[in-house]
Amino acid sequence: MKASVIVFPGSNCDRDVAVSLKAAMGSRPAMVWHGEADVPASDLIVLPGGFSYGDYLRSGAMAAHSPIMRDVVAKARKGTPVLGICNGFHLLTETGLLPGVLMRNASLKFICKDVLLKVERNDTDFTRRYAPGDVIRIPIAHHDGNYFADEDTLDRLEGENLIAFRYCDDAGALSDDANPNGSQRAIAGLYNETGTVLGLMPHPERLADPALGGTDGKPMFTSLVEAFH
Amino acid sequence: MSAQPAAMTPELVSEHGLSAQEYEQVLSILGREPSITELGIFSVMWSEHCSYKSSKVWLKTLPTTGPQVICGPGENAGIVDIGDGQCAIFKMESHNHPSFIEPYQGAATGVGGIMRDVFTMGARPVANLNALRFGAPDHPKTRHLVSGVVAGIGDYGNCVGVPTVGGEVNFDPGYNGNILVNAMCVGLADTEKVFYSAARGVGLPVVYVGSKTGRDGIHGATMASAEFDDDSEEKRPTVQVGDPFTEKLLIEACLELMAGDIIIAIQDMGAAGLTSSSVEMADKGGVGFDLDLDKVPCREQGMSAYEMMLSESQERMLIVLKPGSEDDARAIFEKWELDFAVVGVTTDTGRLIVTHNGRIEADMPVKALADSAPEYKRPWTLSEPPALISPQDVAAPESLTGTLETLIGSPHLCSRRWVWEQYDHMVMGDTVRRPGSDAAVVRVHGTTKGLAATCDVTPRYCAADPVEGGKQAVAEAWRNLTATGADPLAITDCMNFGNPERPEIMGQFVGCIEGMREAVEALDFPVVSGNVSLYNETNGAAIPPTPAIGGVGLIPDIAHMADIALRSEGETLLLLGEERGHLGQSLYMDVILGKREGAPPPVDMDAERKTGDLVRELIRDGSLATVHDVSDGGLLVAVSEMALAGGIGATLSEYDGPLPRHAVAFGEDQGRYIVATPQGDEIIARARAAGVPVRTVGKTGGDAIAIAGEQPAPLRRLQSLHEGWLPHYMTSR
Repeated sequence: MKASVIVFPGSNCDRDVAVSLKAAMGSRPAMVWHGEADVPASDLIVLPGGFSYGDYLRSGAMAAHSPIMRDVVAKARKGTPVLGICNGFHLLTETGLLPGVLMRNASLKFICKDVLLKVERNDTDFTRRYAPGDVIRIPIAHHDGNYFADEDTLDRLEGENLIAFRYCDDAGALSDDANPNGSQRAIAGLYNETGTVLGLMPHPERLADPALGGTDGKPMFTSLVEAFH
Repeated sequence: MSAQPAAMTPELVSEHGLSAQEYEQVLSILGREPSITELGIFSVMWSEHCSYKSSKVWLKTLPTTGPQVICGPGENAGIVDIGDGQCAIFKMESHNHPSFIEPYQGAATGVGGIMRDVFTMGARPVANLNALRFGAPDHPKTRHLVSGVVAGIGDYGNCVGVPTVGGEVNFDPGYNGNILVNAMCVGLADTEKVFYSAARGVGLPVVYVGSKTGRDGIHGATMASAEFDDDSEEKRPTVQVGDPFTEKLLIEACLELMAGDIIIAIQDMGAAGLTSSSVEMADKGGVGFDLDLDKVPCREQGMSAYEMMLSESQERMLIVLKPGSEDDARAIFEKWELDFAVVGVTTDTGRLIVTHNGRIEADMPVKALADSAPEYKRPWTLSEPPALISPQDVAAPESLTGTLETLIGSPHLCSRRWVWEQYDHMVMGDTVRRPGSDAAVVRVHGTTKGLAATCDVTPRYCAADPVEGGKQAVAEAWRNLTATGADPLAITDCMNFGNPERPEIMGQFVGCIEGMREAVEALDFPVVSGNVSLYNETNGAAIPPTPAIGGVGLIPDIAHMADIALRSEGETLLLLGEERGHLGQSLYMDVILGKREGAPPPVDMDAERKTGDLVRELIRDGSLATVHDVSDGGLLVAVSEMALAGGIGATLSEYDGPLPRHAVAFGEDQGRYIVATPQGDEIIARARAAGVPVRTVGKTGGDAIAIAGEQPAPLRRLQSLHEGWLPHYMTSR
């Protein structure tokens, strides 16, 4: 499997996701500078977490216009899988690869903690190693993770089964208490229509190593490697 | 200040914080009247903040060497060996004055500044910590300051992508008029790729990189060297503004530059900006600097030489390069979209010569500027420490568990989760011990080694007896590192005090240093870096003496590391270390009885070392995995913290010794640890063999803290009290 991690000025989870990818793939992903025009041929493109361009103006707004993003968008539209984590999810909504927007957390505060997620589907390359309904523990670390879209879009996302993960309690139930940032319909992650683009606020790369206190993020990387083996 | 006054006047000199004698010295060094730019340069270089003129004579008494020490105080940060050709580079620094005036930017730029001190030496910052002291919760400014400081620290560190993994927060009326924001950064480097600030060699290009220079922070160092009064808020323009995004770019660009072999010397522009960085680099290298200010990238038009030399704009570095390497270096900074300008050259004149618009604005001898700073042995008095209070003389509470509930839900002991959940404490993927333990632990990337780090001091002990308090601060840092299984390596100190021109304040400083020295010597725990912040007082009211200690330790293998959380039911709880029931200056006395009396708990350095060494050995050989040191609040609070962290209760056995029960429960005797183990007998035998006092205090299990003859305290209730106070306080009006 070949993977490319796009590095923007201000990315800060690029190394972390590269570590998780390498652990699963056995080889290092390519680290691709945002100023490049083309992404090398890849089975997977990762937009990592961080604060691209300081998240000034609006999270992901400036990075969405980086030279590399034209090729990322083109390749995504042709079916190359793209995984956007945290700031990467911002970029996916900014470029229109995914609908909606991530607003400031309802608490108005940055939140860094483990949250519980309900896995909605396991029929994509990202989640085969999970089972639908699984409750997994993955950390969040963001200021702007409050997913918003209009009611029609939300209904469509639910109707077309495009929600990847939702914030939930330990029984898998949705509630205001279990929703850390005020996201509509407790949305933590979304697919595009073909299930090849996944954006999510939680950081699976942060719990993919037992020394860090958990491995619930690891099956995502294993699923991807198995899909492109 | 940009206008050029016709002549020097006593008022102008005094506005620059220089005394009449100091100005006489300026005249004799220059052999003439200074220009306004020169006066500004002397003013900042000789400020308390930059020159350590009141503290230097005492700081020299602290031990700073050891086999593990690669570089002690005097550089941007201290360096200790962590084996395998790697080293840890760390320092703690205050940003008190700016944070009180403008909490968000003051705290943010404190974090930025301390990270630059660390990466300027070649290290990648891997962990941030902070020690915060606020006024009383009911003081009208406290909530605003907590909110601003925490947001400032979080927004800066989170964006840069360095985890904020630990620290401490205190509330005390003694900080009502002067809060303390002490930021610590730990970095990791290859020992053979460490960079220093000595600009050795003549004819070398002096390069400015990073952000542009603006008018912010002019005279920040001078502000930090004076007391506050009612008009201090007018000093807001002297507070710098941080840009963490630029800092992130600067880290990456500098580390990329450092991977090559073209840097002679590098220094961040911190307090006193371009002035102190160029003077220090030139002085250490034994050279002169010619600086052409026309080349300095400016954010604003029409800046004078005075303003450029004194600006404390953030995220800037000064680098001396090997000649001919300018283009290679420029390419790296252009890639990261940062300013890069050759602004000067090293010379053999030994003088700092600053030109602007074709005019020489300053021409002064470097050595005299750096080394002739005044040094004062200010008068000091140390008052007689209060007498020890016998535990029998301290009133007992009606209920131990009721008292526990009050303590654990108090501002002093409640959970700091509200604070650290606003800090990204996991980025970089190596945080193996998250906040809430005795010390945070980050894995050394790509290895199984761990760096443990902690910040400690108990100001109410220091206020009662500076010597014992200073000792205790060092011992507690050592103990917290030990409790994770780390070898304590070295400390950085951040000395926060009031006005040193008052003998009783100077006495607090001298006393704390004396206590620290004793502990450092006894524990082989040298000081490798530090910072002094004096004049923390408002309208004559000084802060409690606060020598904050940042400790760093090494865990050789993170597979053998302890944690405070109880792991399973039915384990034996043992107390290691001597019980004396010391209640003087305890939180029990403060929170429950509303007074602070008597001597603080004395630290027996021999016992401290013996007990700590045993605990570490037991963790290392796999005999112990659940350990917590006993500190504020005493035994019952420590057991409860372990229970809450693990979600498992504990039943304490009946105490049948000679001490009053409440002194056993809440005494703050030093040098003690609680451990939970399935092999109680084995640990007892090992402790006895080592000559360490040991007592079985109970068993783990259940869903409450239960004590014979008392109503049990359910964990659920303790949890809600413990977690509840801070969020409730921050959202109430």
